[in-house]
Amino acid sequence: MDPLQFVSTARVAIVAGKGGVGKTTVTAVLARAAIRRGLRVLVVELDGKPTLDDLLPGVDVQHISASAALGEYLDTHGLSRVAKRLASSGIIDVVATASPGIDDIVVLGKVKQLERSGRYDLVLVDGPAAGHAITFLLAAKGLLATVRGGPIAAQATDVAEMLADPTRCQVVLVTLPETTPVNEAVETAAALRDRVGVHLSPVVVNAVDHGPLLQADAAPEGSAMRAAAEFRNARRSLHATEQARLADELDLPQLTLPVVPGSVLDAEAIDHLADQWDPR
Amino acid sequence: MTTLHDHLATAEVLVCCGSGGVGKTTTAAALGMEAARLGRRAVVVTIDPARRLADALGVPGGLTNDPVRLDLDEPGELWALMLDTASTFDGLVRANAADEGQAERILANRFYRNVAGSLSGTQEYMAAERLHALHLDPRFDLVIVDTPPTRNALDFLDAPSTLSRFIDHPLFKMLMLPTRRGLKVFNVAAQPVLKTIGKVVGGDVLADAVAFFQAFAGMETGFRQRADEVITLLAGDVTRFVLVASPRRDTIEEARFFADRLRRSGLSVGAVVVNRCTPTFGDAPAKRPRSAAAAALYDNLVALHATADAERAHAADLLRGDALPDDVHTTFVPTLPGDVHTMDALAAIRSHLFPAAR
Repeated sequence: MDPLQFVSTARVAIVAGKGGVGKTTVTAVLARAAIRRGLRVLVVELDGKPTLDDLLPGVDVQHISASAALGEYLDTHGLSRVAKRLASSGIIDVVATASPGIDDIVVLGKVKQLERSGRYDLVLVDGPAAGHAITFLLAAKGLLATVRGGPIAAQATDVAEMLADPTRCQVVLVTLPETTPVNEAVETAAALRDRVGVHLSPVVVNAVDHGPLLQADAAPEGSAMRAAAEFRNARRSLHATEQARLADELDLPQLTLPVVPGSVLDAEAIDHLADQWDPR
Repeated sequence: MTTLHDHLATAEVLVCCGSGGVGKTTTAAALGMEAARLGRRAVVVTIDPARRLADALGVPGGLTNDPVRLDLDEPGELWALMLDTASTFDGLVRANAADEGQAERILANRFYRNVAGSLSGTQEYMAAERLHALHLDPRFDLVIVDTPPTRNALDFLDAPSTLSRFIDHPLFKMLMLPTRRGLKVFNVAAQPVLKTIGKVVGGDVLADAVAFFQAFAGMETGFRQRADEVITLLAGDVTRFVLVASPRRDTIEEARFFADRLRRSGLSVGAVVVNRCTPTFGDAPAKRPRSAAAAALYDNLVALHATADAERAHAADLLRGDALPDDVHTTFVPTLPGDVHTMDALAAIRSHLFPAAR
């Protein structure tokens, strides 16, 4: 079976995972691989620093900030006067405070609008940093539990519908083949399924040191070659063990990306990583 | 040059900062262990919701908002806690309220319950607040803080405007003026700007928010004073910042961002820790061996050393320029063969952080 088939099953894919697991790398590689398949791809970057433009030359990258998305939403829903007044008094922040999660909802609302525009086959979202994926995706449900009317509630309803529909949206979880990240991925997957109700695509295990174990005793004990081989073998064993444990504890297919040698991530490295999934 | 060890022996507050996934929490825990070995009574505060520190320290059932003492065979003590933003905020409200009634009104407010743990900036603020309280706590003489892995982790340095998040909030300011003139809630809510906000977010949400800020009236002096004290503590000589990074180009760039951020606040990095460095193993033989098995070992050694060299070059980028003080003490910690989620592994990290002390 084609492991990348999932990129064409839903228009929106949100890449999620803890800080440092390589969400941005995975977003870029998925974008590159999807483009090679002829899909029209848009990459969405939230707030943060713009790194994806450099990693994906020639690809549509859009940066979405909560305040711009809110202003735009009000503008296109006959509330332009409201939008102007809020913007001029610098009060977007007040709105966001009065209604927690509203910033997440308008951002996801913007993603939904891009999905509906029909201009793209795949909208890839480089998810929010650190442990915020669950809060981010729960915002719409949370707001609907307390607010009944108003334009933001309408927006939340649309967002909740999109998240719950596996033909429209899925979450790509990213993890590393180490003990703590695997534990976190398993916990996050359960929370996303039970509390958000969103469909999960294959999980991506990033920075895996592949390869067979080296025959360490081919070098004399105490030699540099022997020590290096033992170290490498220990890392490879750890990665294999943790990947197997992830398979045991999380019933999702796995995609893997190898560790990038030289620790430099640039457009060329992304292209090279995409070869792993989709040879040119 | 002041070494990491010197800082550990003399500081009263150590703040570990850096981007996500660089091993900040592990570093904070290893520093705490070493502090206990030096006879200090240290407490490590983590903000990580993933219970990483609890995993590493082997605390059954995880860490809580109250410090627990860890079972170490050292002359000093090591305590650990996981910051609970909402209950820290509750405590702050109780401490600053004029009376029980005001505290209860705020704590029961639906808006407050929603934002206490989630408003952006609140976590950073509460981390600083907790740090201040622990610094005054007679049980401890060293507080080690593990900051959130976000770019705005150091926003609490921008005092008092960011620190006193609520009192400087535009909504609060807007509400305070009419309240002083004796206007009632329904009148406040009739203001054009508030009406507009109500239209967007819904009337009852706004009413809760207005009620919260009104209940808050009178507490701002206490909050502001506390904010000033925290800033004085952070800027003082007893506080040192430890910048944690890993030797990848992207995380080194983030580390540079944090260093600049500190410098702009008039603070400087006391020490740098670069985690997860590919280890080196001594010289490779002059010639690649002929047997296939030995040649594979040779290639592996050469490849690991090439990676290690590239990593050193990235780390050198961080130390170059004026982001960091010239003589800042830098420690390179190698990647361990296994994963760091046990006390033994933490002890191994510690021995790399403090090789001279072994």
